[in-house]
Amino acid sequence: MKKAIETKQLTLSYGDSIIIDELNLKIPKGEITVFIGGNGCGKSTLLRSIARLLKPKSGEIVLNGKEIVKMSSKEVAKQMAVLPQGPVSPEGLTVLQLVKQGRYPYQTWLKQWSSEDEEKVYKALEATGLLDLKERSVDSLSGGQRQRAWIAMTLAQDTDFILLDEPTTYLDMTHQIDILDLLFELNERENRTIVMVLHDLNLACRYAHNIVAVKDKKIAAMGKPEDVVTRGLVKKVFEMDCEISIDPLFGTPLCIPYGKGRTVFRQAGAVNG
Amino acid sequence: MKQYQNFRWFQGKVSILIDRKASFVTLCLLIVTMAVFIISTGLGDMKINPVTVVSVFFGGGTEMEQLVIQSFRLPRIIVALVVGMSLAVAGGILQGMIRNPLASPDVLGITGGASTAVVLFLAIFSNESNALTVSIQWMPLAAFIGSAVAGLLVYFFAWKNGVSPVRLVLIGIGLSALFQALTTMMMLLGPIYRASQANIWITGTVHGSTWTNVFTIVPWAFSLMLVAFFMARKVNVLGLGDDVATSVGTSVQRLRFVLLLISTALIGSSVAFAGGIGFVGLMAPHMARRLVGSVYGALLPVSALIGAILVMVADLIGRTLFSPLEIPAGVFTAGIGAPYFIYLLFKTRNA
Repeated sequence: MKKAIETKQLTLSYGDSIIIDELNLKIPKGEITVFIGGNGCGKSTLLRSIARLLKPKSGEIVLNGKEIVKMSSKEVAKQMAVLPQGPVSPEGLTVLQLVKQGRYPYQTWLKQWSSEDEEKVYKALEATGLLDLKERSVDSLSGGQRQRAWIAMTLAQDTDFILLDEPTTYLDMTHQIDILDLLFELNERENRTIVMVLHDLNLACRYAHNIVAVKDKKIAAMGKPEDVVTRGLVKKVFEMDCEISIDPLFGTPLCIPYGKGRTVFRQAGAVNG
Repeated sequence: MKQYQNFRWFQGKVSILIDRKASFVTLCLLIVTMAVFIISTGLGDMKINPVTVVSVFFGGGTEMEQLVIQSFRLPRIIVALVVGMSLAVAGGILQGMIRNPLASPDVLGITGGASTAVVLFLAIFSNESNALTVSIQWMPLAAFIGSAVAGLLVYFFAWKNGVSPVRLVLIGIGLSALFQALTTMMMLLGPIYRASQANIWITGTVHGSTWTNVFTIVPWAFSLMLVAFFMARKVNVLGLGDDVATSVGTSVQRLRFVLLLISTALIGSSVAFAGGIGFVGLMAPHMARRLVGSVYGALLPVSALIGAILVMVADLIGRTLFSPLEIPAGVFTAGIGAPYFIYLLFKTRNA
């Protein structure tokens, strides 16, 4: 298995407080890798530093065998696209205009709109189902459509790697599935490597080939969801008691948390039994 | 009709995409700008009809007409045109890179710095009888230095592992208030006529422009604006946020510094020759945005033309409406611009 993104002794900090401590991580190419963990555990910080949005305190990040700090920004941009959390587009910018910005690393002042630019932009619009909405302004779209537009922009960037920081936050269930299906298809069809942070453990188990659980500045576990997601792991990472069941539709691990809440089940059972 | 038109030359080595609507708007505004330029040149104490004005441009007309147009009117109208363009382009860039629709030369304290420098100049270079000890010709230089210092101070104080848009705006507002206080204090301390002289300058006027001013500001402003137009693509990307801008391969901090430098230089040269003409830098880019959208390749030229029209019209009103009294153009930029500005925002509130 070819290791595509590697971190070596990576330490990240905000000011004096260490967020990630001497982390060695290998993210495989051509798969979907999902970072999970509790609030403030540093999973987003880790993603941001891999995306070179945050300078590491020490250590290195290696992209396709090359150290990222030694590459030019445009060179990295042709290999890795990043969608930050909750991006905001300028007032009145249309979907087409937004998606076109993804071609920036390939353009020069003389070469502003090559046939390749045009092809990739329309391909991205098609893949995200936005062809009919391309003249609409981004701020007039629904949350799900807006997120699709941003994903289309990262697709137009035509990179092997796409990093997304909580791409489903603020979306309702339908649109969460919609966005994750889209990313899954991109991985299947175009073999793009997808690295993202997700909050929903069950959706992470369903869509990820590879899960990275972050806890206490370290990686608590890493591997296939069915191998690593256990009661013990959830207890450790989320500090929560749960049962791990099997998703009846997909066969992937399904985490059912303990808690208070109403129990209708026992009463129903009593009536039936 | 298709909205976009591709152009690809030299086997695709050169390519560009033209927004037809924006091109049409630009063309219309260009015609309006030229019309305002010609009509304004013809108006004043001595009325000259536009056809004669054009013929004077090409060496025709009577000697009197040539004198009035070439010596008195043209320099100030050209300065008004260039100043309007510079302020509008600078404002557009600031709004794009700070991602705040309220960003403008005034808010960032760059014009404020120039005002302080001017009153300081008038105070320092006066003798006991309040006569200037150096030529007034140096005042533009003082204004330029003032705005440059203000721009750099804003940048310096906003620095904290790089400069964030919010910090730039907040520091700018703070410094702007400080400059205003200093300006007021020095105006009150000096003799009253000096204060009124400074006040006219602070309001902004192109009165008294000479061909020397024109030859100084035109090459400077046009080369800066050209650089700004070249950088339009980068401003677009910066408008998507620092993270996305980094992701597509720009060096955000370096870019932001260069853009601030260009805007400061544009604002500095405008305030140097026309004082603190307000509101244009805020308003022109907004008007342009309503007309052609947020893409800077179209937005910057359209803002420039709107800015030019605004300042030329403001100056025209200022020197004709209450003739023989001269009202500084700065009074009318807001006067004519604000109602239209509010109308535009009102009209498009549901769009």
